[in-house]
Amino acid sequence: MNFLKTFVFMLLLLVPAAGCAGMSLQEKGIPKIEGLIAVRGQTVHTMARQADGSWAEPIINGVVLVRDGKVVAVGPASSVEIPANVHVIEAEVVTPGLIDAHSVVGLAGWLNYDHDQDQLERSAPMQPELDALDAYNVREPLIEWIRSFGVTTLHTGHAPGQLISGQTFIVKTRGDNVDAAVLKPRMMVACTLGSAAMRKEGQSPGTRAKQMAMLRQEFIRARAYEEKIAAAQADPEKDPPARDLAKEVLVRVLSGETPLMISAHTSVDIQNALRLQKELGIQVVLDGGSECYDFIDALLEQKIQVIIHPTMMRASGAGKNSSMETAAKLVAAGIPVAMGSGYESYVPKTRVVLWEAAIACAYGCSFSDALGLITASAAQLLGISDRVGSLEVGKDGDMALYDGDPFEYTTHCVGTVIDGDVVSDLVR
Amino acid sequence: MITEARPKGRSCAYRFVVAILLLFMGNLITAADTTAFTGARLMPVSGPIIEDGVLVVRGGKIESIGASKDVVIPTGAVRIDASGKTIIPGLICTHSHIGMGGGGDSSDPIQPECWTLDSVNVRAASLERARAGGLTLVNQMPGSGHLISGRTTYLKLRKGGTVDELLIKDSEGWPMGGLKMANGTNSQRSAPFPGTRAKSAALVREAYVKAQEYRDKITRAAGDPDKIPERDLRMEALVEALDGKRIVHHHTHRHDDILTVLRLRDEFGFQVVLHHVSEAWKVVDEIAASGAPCSLIVIDSPGGKLEARDISMENGVVLEKAGVNVAFHTDDFITDSRLFLRSAALAVRSGMSREGALRALTLSGAEMLGLEGRTGSLDPGKDADFAILSGDPFSVYTQVLETWVEGERVFDRSDPAQRLFAVGGRGAGDDQAYHCCGERQEQR
Repeated sequence: MNFLKTFVFMLLLLVPAAGCAGMSLQEKGIPKIEGLIAVRGQTVHTMARQADGSWAEPIINGVVLVRDGKVVAVGPASSVEIPANVHVIEAEVVTPGLIDAHSVVGLAGWLNYDHDQDQLERSAPMQPELDALDAYNVREPLIEWIRSFGVTTLHTGHAPGQLISGQTFIVKTRGDNVDAAVLKPRMMVACTLGSAAMRKEGQSPGTRAKQMAMLRQEFIRARAYEEKIAAAQADPEKDPPARDLAKEVLVRVLSGETPLMISAHTSVDIQNALRLQKELGIQVVLDGGSECYDFIDALLEQKIQVIIHPTMMRASGAGKNSSMETAAKLVAAGIPVAMGSGYESYVPKTRVVLWEAAIACAYGCSFSDALGLITASAAQLLGISDRVGSLEVGKDGDMALYDGDPFEYTTHCVGTVIDGDVVSDLVR
Repeated sequence: MITEARPKGRSCAYRFVVAILLLFMGNLITAADTTAFTGARLMPVSGPIIEDGVLVVRGGKIESIGASKDVVIPTGAVRIDASGKTIIPGLICTHSHIGMGGGGDSSDPIQPECWTLDSVNVRAASLERARAGGLTLVNQMPGSGHLISGRTTYLKLRKGGTVDELLIKDSEGWPMGGLKMANGTNSQRSAPFPGTRAKSAALVREAYVKAQEYRDKITRAAGDPDKIPERDLRMEALVEALDGKRIVHHHTHRHDDILTVLRLRDEFGFQVVLHHVSEAWKVVDEIAASGAPCSLIVIDSPGGKLEARDISMENGVVLEKAGVNVAFHTDDFITDSRLFLRSAALAVRSGMSREGALRALTLSGAEMLGLEGRTGSLDPGKDADFAILSGDPFSVYTQVLETWVEGERVFDRSDPAQRLFAVGGRGAGDDQAYHCCGERQEQR
């Protein structure tokens, strides 16, 4: 009831603003062609890469044509013909739909009470079998919140806070049930090193050395499990081991199929993450990484991708030496990097990656590199660039629409489009 | 003083020579402690924006301000070219936890005898970050886990390694501050803390009734030492609140909690600033009618707890339109002091006027601390507290270049050691060491 009141209230406030924004999301009269939509922007940032790897120049007075959810044409208005009777949306600036490269939204809810906090199971330190799919609340109001700022894709799941807290997955910020939302049902296994993953007095892990020892032992067991399966497959006389859901997940990590996302902030914890990667030869994605600016050479050498902490993350605790310039430094060094909203135990229950990338832009990133952190580079890192992250023919028709420079404090997001459907027309 | 000491009966010529000499010396003195910032865009807050302005600072105070053509820069003044830059009053945060000064412990929900000046660490990195954000004055608050968690401390962010160097003293030499109160769910815990809203209000009411009786006893004693009650530190702070000498800074979120604060204020007559006020938009008429000012927080998403579920980014504009005096606060560590301008910018995004938003970061904050007579705007006679920006205060691309408190530069982004606090990096989170004279030293 209250939420409804808030919503109605906000709508009332936004009516005059919408009038000024030059948007016409709900045109009436002429019947529109089903499944076809055209988005026209004074500036369209496609976030496509040119042959030499550099960002394509933005298209001035550009058009993106979407048919049945997929981009079928993108280019300047002079070259892309908009068929008659097509629903046309106009905005000052158009970008690909934004990607939050690491969040816990949907598992973590806005109220922050037990019943809406499913991001962290504390009964054991390592539970890789926990599936994000089973805990994602597609109707969580925070999803609607970030969607209204242009976020269309969300890498979410089990939170930092246990040595192995569970799995993550990727959704679109739409749909009435999780199956309608899911883009990639299994993405990474979430691992945390350092103080955030220590347990109570008398429980393990209680030290960093213990954390590493436990992880090594667990992966050794998973390797043995895998070998037993292989042996049983090769020799019909041998029985396969009893199925172990946790080990099945870790076997996927060992095979390189599933990356291990290690949340680590301090210098010691980042070094431990690097060591673990070397020892196991697995694919590691460094998450958070407050002090990773000191390990740029090692990250490059070990081909470790980084989901950097939100730029405005609190500079305290393990993140006390975090820098708002880290994203720029990583990009300059050629390290694949994306930005996530991270995890907050208090407020804000979710950060808005648009605003976090904006600060990265103010602190050393070029406009395109900063936008890349939450679009094309994020899609690349998450292995979903065939679907999202840039506005190119064949990709999903996901877009965010703005009434000015998307990063500027006073600019509004005026619309969000997923698979060619307008999913938000709030002015925020 | 010199003229008084001057022997009588000298010639006019002698007097003339002395006068000229004095004038000359006067200029020399002026030159030593006068600085003129030239060519800047000045946003005084108390008046219209001045393009190509001059700000003259002398002895820690603002001497004069105006357009270049109108301001006479004293001979010998140090000139600092600020052309292309924007100067605004130093930012004032009405609600901050930098230095992590706490108040009461978990023994009692009402502990007005506790004072954050006894617990704040002014060498904390968070103070350096605040200076890097353009802040010059903060209300250092104890937490919201009590109905009355203690006395707050108003801190000028001068360079200094002891809390005494940062205090603001009243006319009697006492450190200035307010009284922190809270209602809603934060201050509800197991006994002796309240478990309901009605109990919360009842406990507060009881405390203030006791304070009234304590005050009456003192009045009735009329100076008779046999009748004067024993000094009671808890009661003293509450009496100061009752007498309007100590402003109550009240944490409150939900619409009914806001009205409870106003009800208690009307019952006891204390002066109150409403803090956070997440649901202000639901009771905006009542707040406007009460005349109580609001100090707002801007959070990037709603929720975090049930009573903050309906927080609205539109609080700023709605209250402004209703004529309520509005300020912002960082609640640092909740939001980062380095990005305090951003809070107001997001309010502008939601419809608040630019003028109102800048006032809400400066003069309105000063008013809510009762310090508008000495800071909060660029006016002659006020403390020379200001920030030099690279551009528009409400642009994400604008940087705080320098922060000045009482005529002394306390942050300079061009110095790599200080820039570290602005952007972060190795060592940025370490608390700072100072030697006796207040010069910053590297701590390793």
